[in-house]
Amino acid sequence: MSTELALSRAAAGAPLAASKRLAILPAYNEERNIGRVLDELRAVDPGLDLVVVSDGSTDRTAEVASARGARVIKLPFNVGIGGTVQTGFRYAWEEGYELAVRLDGDGQHDPAELPKLVAPVVAGEADLAIGARFAAAGGYRSSAARRIGIRILARVVSLIARQRLTDTTSGFQACNRRAIAAYAADLPHDYPEVEGIVMAIKHRIRLVEVPVTMREREHGRSSIGALASIYYMVKILLALFVDLFRRADVPLEDA
Amino acid sequence: MTPLTISIAATIVSVVLLLVVFELIRSRRLRERYALLWLATGIVLVVLSAWRDGLNTIAGWLGVRGYPPAVLFAVGLLFVIVVLLHYSTVISRLADQNTILAQRLALLEAKLRDRG
Repeated sequence: MSTELALSRAAAGAPLAASKRLAILPAYNEERNIGRVLDELRAVDPGLDLVVVSDGSTDRTAEVASARGARVIKLPFNVGIGGTVQTGFRYAWEEGYELAVRLDGDGQHDPAELPKLVAPVVAGEADLAIGARFAAAGGYRSSAARRIGIRILARVVSLIARQRLTDTTSGFQACNRRAIAAYAADLPHDYPEVEGIVMAIKHRIRLVEVPVTMREREHGRSSIGALASIYYMVKILLALFVDLFRRADVPLEDA
Repeated sequence: MTPLTISIAATIVSVVLLLVVFELIRSRRLRERYALLWLATGIVLVVLSAWRDGLNTIAGWLGVRGYPPAVLFAVGLLFVIVVLLHYSTVISRLADQNTILAQRLALLEAKLRDRG
């Protein structure tokens, strides 16, 4: 199916119609990147509502975002990526959005890939689509330590999910109402991407990986360095181990 | 057996601790939830201080030979670890609640801004 067709069908009211659709952008001090990402999103899909969740940013992220017409949710202080993303999903849930996509405010997720990402969700084939950077060839380079870490994590999460996954640390995701509900109620705060997948599986959410190409950051540096990624991986593996013994919270009821 | 002077001094200190705990509860500066823990601690300390042969007796029950106060250190250390663990759970819960409050506040503020 053509991706433009998928989006226009959604607007026309097909099953799993995404007439109300939202892009969630968690952002921490991204004044230099956020404007361009918002412009690109508008260009890809003018009917897409935009919400920027500023995680206690100390720069002009919020001003830049609202100048571009995005709704801005300002957390009063830094709560971390998990809590920030969850705020966006709570908003999506409360405002009755049928489709929510999440992408980073730093520009590494290319809005042009969005139609491809949402296609399986709009078609009703999956509740949650994850844009995987290694499923596609090229376009993205990262350190060796980080690549190995991502590969090990993918192996472990694939085992838990009983489904082959190649990139479990991707924050480029599309969710239908069911997945929005699960994330709004129960998004793990420490490692929302990796642990979120395990949580989603516990909620019996059907997930699919979509190959996408990712870009380098335009400005500033990623929050995760090379050595830190080893430490990060060990911590995630421990968290995943504990998650296996954890009961899934009940998702929110429709208000 | 513990020398009498040490026993008296320890008893006085323990009783003062117990009184401080009681005063904190009375003036509502210590929640009931934690109060019981500290009251129990104070009582144990008073008993161990006043009962001069107590440490030896308990060490004897546990088969500790040579240095009976080792029992006191072991029990004290375990107690401190349990209290710290308890505080970790309290801090975790407070941090979670704090995050939820921040999220609610931010969502409400955004809604309010739309109206105004």
